[in-house]
Amino acid sequence: MSTPTAPASMYRPDAGAGLWEHRGKVAAVGVGHSPTARRWDGRPETSVGAISLTALRRAIADAGVAPAEIDGLVLDATTTTGAYWPPGKPVPPEVLNAYNATDDPLDGVAKLSAEWILANMPELTNVKFTMYGPGCMSNAICVAAQAVGDGLANTCLVLKSWHNYEGRYYQGGANAGDALPGSAAIRALWGTPACFGTALQFAEYCRKYGKTHDMMAPFIENSRNNGLKFPEGYWAQHRPEQITAEDYKAARWIAKPANLFDNDLPIMVSAAYLYTTAERARDMDQKPVYILNHACSRGRPRSLTPTLDEVEEETARTARKIYEGAGITADDLSFENMYDGFAQFHQFHIEGLGYRGMKFGEALDFYQGDISISGPNPILPSGGNVGCGRSRFWMHTDCIQQLQQRAGARQVTGVKPEIAVSGGPMPLGGHFTVWSASPD
Amino acid sequence: MAKQGVVPDDLTRPFWEAANQDRLVIQCCTACNRLQHPPAAHCHGCGSDEVEWKEMSGRGTIYNYGVVHDCPIRLLQDDQPFNVAVIMLDEDPGIQMYSHLPGTPVDEVPVHAAVEVVFEETANGQKVPEWRVVAGDR
Ligand SMILES: [Zn+2]
Repeated sequence: MSTPTAPASMYRPDAGAGLWEHRGKVAAVGVGHSPTARRWDGRPETSVGAISLTALRRAIADAGVAPAEIDGLVLDATTTTGAYWPPGKPVPPEVLNAYNATDDPLDGVAKLSAEWILANMPELTNVKFTMYGPGCMSNAICVAAQAVGDGLANTCLVLKSWHNYEGRYYQGGANAGDALPGSAAIRALWGTPACFGTALQFAEYCRKYGKTHDMMAPFIENSRNNGLKFPEGYWAQHRPEQITAEDYKAARWIAKPANLFDNDLPIMVSAAYLYTTAERARDMDQKPVYILNHACSRGRPRSLTPTLDEVEEETARTARKIYEGAGITADDLSFENMYDGFAQFHQFHIEGLGYRGMKFGEALDFYQGDISISGPNPILPSGGNVGCGRSRFWMHTDCIQQLQQRAGARQVTGVKPEIAVSGGPMPLGGHFTVWSASPD
Repeated sequence: MAKQGVVPDDLTRPFWEAANQDRLVIQCCTACNRLQHPPAAHCHGCGSDEVEWKEMSGRGTIYNYGVVHDCPIRLLQDDQPFNVAVIMLDEDPGIQMYSHLPGTPVDEVPVHAAVEVVFEETANGQKVPEWRVVAGDR
């Protein structure tokens, strides 16, 4: 069985497409997370493959289904955006020997195929559908929702895993070389870090609306507060450190106006969810969280980097798609869990959504009010990447757990958790899910 | 600043060859007369694959900038912190180019100021378009 990448037909990129045809008929039930680590320590049992198996098995157990009932698996084969396996370095034999390998020795160590997972989970005896949803969990869960809705799978695992190695993120590969291919050089020669495009948009945003970098401090504090209440997260597990407004304002710049805390910390972690039909979900161990819609942004900038105008146009368009397919309006959102890695584009996402009536240019003022989980206007109750480390999936896990009323110390108390939205990554180019405690 | 060298590929060769002659050329769709940068095999405006290279005046404006303090590229790390500005071309402000703004002090970038193109050598001798702030009104 070879695994295809999801075809364009699995996604909902267009406005005007009406209600999602499977609205309320697909549900997320089980959640499983691996432990987090800052970097791989080289042991077989902490490899990206191993932590993936942990997350998958926990999601199955959490949902309370028999492994043999699982008939689908959706995942992202890529497990990093910037931690490169050194060229020519052999995979340690004790790692290779610990698992059933595929023909690629880096499978399970620096990448992940569906075949590797199935070879190492013999209990999954009935998986007939496998597909890649590339980029992040935001993408993979759209594919899983569509697959279950379309009947390609009935009980489907969705997986996203991240590895991280010794050495500084993004500094290997082409960045360490003396020359670049011409096509890459047109944007890469100037040495801009990953957050640069977002920092530029933020700079323009501050000029246009008269805002300042310091106004982000309450958002960062709130995110870390929430993240420290997320027992699955990196900061809660390893470094339970609050960030104060003073810490934030004093942090070193990465690409001014983006500083250290506007960026996220690369970690190792894996998460898996169990998706199934609303009907099948009724008999499982956790309360179903129904998918009202999935939508995506296929926006592309005219030139090197999106302008603020392009960002605002696209986030507004994406919001229309999100609401239209779900049959809801901004007023229906109990809370939002849009992506934050980088922190400086979170406001673009929520301004596009018109969260709590917000208009363009108003989010930073909104951040100065009560945005906590106990107030009426929760912002990013998951804590996101800022609060939990770099995974791009905390916001999805949090939506599921909040609507299941089992988010623990993180449970929102100022609003009744009924409908939520999450997704990302980028304002131009992301995938979004609308979650609901009830199917209609 | 010591930029990495460039190995032109098929898609971008005319851009780099022109830079070695101190000329700035940008891809232009002959079907809809739209400029595009970065170059692509077909026009993102109309889909046509009839694209040619058009010489620009080499004049532009600073649209935006950031200051890089933590750069992923080894060769540039000795020069941190440094400016990276986004230039909009006079011919079409939708077309952007990056610049280290040689001659402009770090974090003293005059947003909206006029700039003109210069050509700098990279590590392997390939020239690359760079931009300098134009003194006074032009
Ligand atoms: Zn055209």
